[in-house]
Amino acid sequence: MRYQAFLIKYAEIGIKGKNRGIFEEKLVSQMKIALKRCEGKFSVARTSGRVFVYCDGEYDYEEVTQNLQEVFGIVGICPIRILPVCEIGELKKAAAEFFGEEYPDRAHTFKVHCRRLSKNYPLDSMGVNAEVGEAILEAYPEATVDVHEPEIQLNIEIRERIYLYSHILEGPGGLPIGTAGKAMLLLSGGIDSPVAGYMCAKRGLKLDAVYYNAPPYTSERALQKVIDLASKVARYTGPIYLHNINFTKIQLYIYEKCPHDELTIIMRRFMMRIAETIAKRTACDALITGESLGQVASQTTRSLAVTNEVCTLPVFRPLIAFDKEEIIHISKKIDTFETSILPYEDCCTIFVAKHPVTKPVADVIRRHERNLDEKIDELVQEALETDEILIVDRDGSRVFKHREDPLEKGM
Amino acid sequence: MTKTVYLDNSATTRCFPEVVELMDRILLEEYGNPSSMHHKGVEAEKRIREAGQILADILHCKRSNLYFTSCGTESDNLAIIGAARAAARTGHHLITTKIEHPAVLETMKYLEGEGFEVTYLPVDAEGKVSPADVEEAVREDTILVSVMHTNNEIGTVEPIEEIGAAIKRKNPATLFHVDAVQGFGKARILPGKMHIDLLSASGHKIHAPKGMGLLYVRDGVRLRSILFGGGQQGGLRSGTENTAGIAGMALAAKMLYDHLEEDREMLYGLKEQFLRELEGTEGIHVNGPAGREGAPHVISLSFDGVRSEVLLHALEEKGIYVSAGSACSSNRPHVSGTLTEIGVPKEHLDSTIRFSTSVMNTPEDMTAAADALKELLPFLRKYTRH
Repeated sequence: MRYQAFLIKYAEIGIKGKNRGIFEEKLVSQMKIALKRCEGKFSVARTSGRVFVYCDGEYDYEEVTQNLQEVFGIVGICPIRILPVCEIGELKKAAAEFFGEEYPDRAHTFKVHCRRLSKNYPLDSMGVNAEVGEAILEAYPEATVDVHEPEIQLNIEIRERIYLYSHILEGPGGLPIGTAGKAMLLLSGGIDSPVAGYMCAKRGLKLDAVYYNAPPYTSERALQKVIDLASKVARYTGPIYLHNINFTKIQLYIYEKCPHDELTIIMRRFMMRIAETIAKRTACDALITGESLGQVASQTTRSLAVTNEVCTLPVFRPLIAFDKEEIIHISKKIDTFETSILPYEDCCTIFVAKHPVTKPVADVIRRHERNLDEKIDELVQEALETDEILIVDRDGSRVFKHREDPLEKGM
Repeated sequence: MTKTVYLDNSATTRCFPEVVELMDRILLEEYGNPSSMHHKGVEAEKRIREAGQILADILHCKRSNLYFTSCGTESDNLAIIGAARAAARTGHHLITTKIEHPAVLETMKYLEGEGFEVTYLPVDAEGKVSPADVEEAVREDTILVSVMHTNNEIGTVEPIEEIGAAIKRKNPATLFHVDAVQGFGKARILPGKMHIDLLSASGHKIHAPKGMGLLYVRDGVRLRSILFGGGQQGGLRSGTENTAGIAGMALAAKMLYDHLEEDREMLYGLKEQFLRELEGTEGIHVNGPAGREGAPHVISLSFDGVRSEVLLHALEEKGIYVSAGSACSSNRPHVSGTLTEIGVPKEHLDSTIRFSTSVMNTPEDMTAAADALKELLPFLRKYTRH
């Protein structure tokens, strides 16, 4: 194997004061989960303010780096070559060889940066830098030294063994999953909501999700699409509890009783109410939506205010100030785009009016909602009872029987 | 659990239990490679020979005219591409219709990219191709004409024999390919009599499994292979033969052709009964040929003010399985070629359902479907987008 370990960089966690230990622990446990998926034997160690992954024997480099690149909290991954502590002559040879392997074209400016954690090495850091630099220049005349702005930095850490590393693979950044609690994502099957979920999860939130289906207006394939999307997001978040709610009766009732240009806004208020009920029941402390300002009629400032007023939990809208192009960019990065654009009807678009209200007045909406008084509580209750929980992990899903009981375990 | 009423037989069919039983035996016991020298190989080869004979008897041809492929699409590809390449030195023109299955249309498009010229003939309001149009389009350098036997979306049965005669009158060297994926098992098709040079059929539309196709090639027709390998089937179609599938398809075909006339009568009966039961229900339009002009098993209906996708799922909730437009293009809505070509109004394109029957359906199935429609239509029309 070219590398025997990986150094994990985690910028933001480092500044969390007394909580640092908790964050690091979460990071390590998320990394261990990621590494469990990989063929090979690995150990994760926190030593002197750094996290290392040690690889014991054979492993698949691509597999390991890809899996680590899905762990929030990791900013960078440096593949390391480990040598036993040796004399400077041997170190020079090994370091030059490593440099040559890492940068086959070699025509770069570089700098050697040595840290000695075991101070009993005969040469000091400056000495090692000079010696190794010289060795690289000798071996590859096309390389040049630049100590101020080098293209390449070759790091040497002298510990109980010697670590060589240079490349940094980008990690996803953010904070480890679970450090920010749990929130309920309203997942529709469009482009935005999976991205919104991803972005909140990146800040350390564990996700549950709710999906509203409306048979016969929406199909089994639309549900499968949402499961597929949740499964892509679950690569970063771990298993997502997806609540599948039958919304047809509520939707048809609103259609019968309320002005059609207010249909979407009133429908969204009920979606928020139901999502909040489930959220509270499942220990979620916030709701997440994919709303983005001005994108459609229900996402004007006024509409958002009217939708928002039915909730007491905070509603996170990470995409609020994003352009569609920016959202699409992220959805492509997390590989949800192609699934999102499959042409299955979702329940928000079924009865959408030609000219839905863009400046709803809360009082008016509330008054019209009163037209629903006769049956709506019953219908909401009924919808809540349709709740089917699907535990969606990165490989697909397993169906859980019903609500309530699964909530204690496995979170 | 509600009873399943499966009315999507033009998408695919349920296997005959007898077919599954036979295939089961072949897969578990007579599993040899027909090319093997030993007994197991001989046994498998014998199965294939028997199957070939059954199918040859049905088509009134020789066993040596038949090739087994992996699906109807492969048969169409092999026939069209194979013929075009074999004749590329003398001709570069092909003719087909605007309402063919994508297996033919996309293959034609591919050949256009390769430098061939393709003429796409229009159809009339019932989906029929005019033999006169075909005759007019055939040129000296026309390699092949491809016309489907039965349209998959609206059930039009094309005047194959007349078209065949017209082609040969104009240019005896022009080949006639017929995509009979929807017609095989539902109608008597005799390549010799109908001037057909190449004929494609598929197993899974006739109660045999998916993964089986058939291609008839008249004596003397030259095709270039599109698959290369061990040289099976005279080198035209390399690849180990699917013994179980071949035997299964032959048995299914035999079971259908043994009672063809009665079955056709029965299917027309179901179609007529269904339409009769829907008489008086408002806002229903029949697409394609009326009465016994069309195929016995395809009924295409458009419904005013109801989206086909919603109606399809509403029927599904009652255990009734149908197709929106044509199942083969259902993941690309609004591109039903046939419906557009026969001039179905725009507002109906998205409101069309195909009901397709098979010998496994009963009068009760049709009543269930008609009753469901009568119940659902008023309800669904109450809630519309505007």
